[in-house]
Amino acid sequence: MVQLTLPKNSRITRGKVWPKPDGATNVRTFKVYRWNPDDGKTPQVDTYFVDLDTCGPMVLDALIKIKSEIDPTLTFRRSCREGICGSCAMNVDGINTLACIYGMDEVKGDVKIYPLPHMSVVKDLIPDLTHFYAQHASIMPWLETKTNRPAKEWLQSIDDRKKLDGLYECVMCACCSTSCPSYWWNGDRYLGPAALLHAYRWIVDSRDEATGERLDQLEDPFKLYRCHTIMNCTKTCPKGLNPAKSIASIKEMMVERSV
Amino acid sequence: MAFLTDRKRADGMGAAKTGTASFWWMTVSSVALLVLVPIFIFTAGPMIGKDYATVTAYFSRPFPAIVALLTFSVGLLHFKNGVTVLIEDYVQGLARKIWIIVMTCVSYAAIATIVFAIARIAL
Repeated sequence: MVQLTLPKNSRITRGKVWPKPDGATNVRTFKVYRWNPDDGKTPQVDTYFVDLDTCGPMVLDALIKIKSEIDPTLTFRRSCREGICGSCAMNVDGINTLACIYGMDEVKGDVKIYPLPHMSVVKDLIPDLTHFYAQHASIMPWLETKTNRPAKEWLQSIDDRKKLDGLYECVMCACCSTSCPSYWWNGDRYLGPAALLHAYRWIVDSRDEATGERLDQLEDPFKLYRCHTIMNCTKTCPKGLNPAKSIASIKEMMVERSV
Repeated sequence: MAFLTDRKRADGMGAAKTGTASFWWMTVSSVALLVLVPIFIFTAGPMIGKDYATVTAYFSRPFPAIVALLTFSVGLLHFKNGVTVLIEDYVQGLARKIWIIVMTCVSYAAIATIVFAIARIAL
């Protein structure tokens, strides 16, 4: 049966409250999930106080400031700081998002930061995305062709290229998949919104010649049909994409080729 | 833990090549119920509170009997498929298969009972 409560070793306790910065008047409280696989303790939530007068406006700015000035052991992924790499995906105030493009002003009260939900945690705010990436690889995220390679390039009309808009922008941050209850319960078999959005990106590409094989690979009660149009994926996508619509389009194609 | 590569875990046993028929049937039965349920309410609704003889006489007419039969049988087939999805979502392993078998039996038994009951009144 589905597990409705956290196992004992995953229950969160109150952590350390770090000192407030001296002389600061514009202070914001951050409650951050901490877990270290090496210390044998259960996860805890540490409290940090950040002086906003000397900090950038985004949640990632505050995390970097905490790591640089308060607690160098705080661990999280980050790279581009402009919503392109998808590294800093985490759960901020109950919403899966990219910390680098999520403003602190969007959060009321204390800023609560947790790793992406329902994933194994490597350390602190770093989820284990191994299976997520393997699922992405399984949908063959590349152009598959059977015709001999053209002398110059594969041609695509402007209208056909437009069909890829809203799909190619996905940065694989995993915010959508980890917000999906179906992915929580059956993530081992259900591909999840991100992988399915990428699958549709290649299915709908006019240059790709493996449409049938791609649909064959997805026709499965678990790989595809675990999507129940809950729409959390679309609501949470920090890039404003619509994975639920892509999944619906795949289902529509499945019906079209069989009815 | 077995020494499986990440890709092997993700691929599992491959696609079952099923699911579309069930998805299509759920869509069709949903639309059918959208039509049938209001008709059933309008035909069977006025019988609420009436005496036994009036109700049996009413349901012995072809239209109310067929509407009732279709509503309950399509509804229960829809229920069977819906509850199967629910079980697939939340139950795992052998229990999943057992629950699907049990709920399929319950659904078909309910359909058979309703067909028998309405046929007995109507015929």
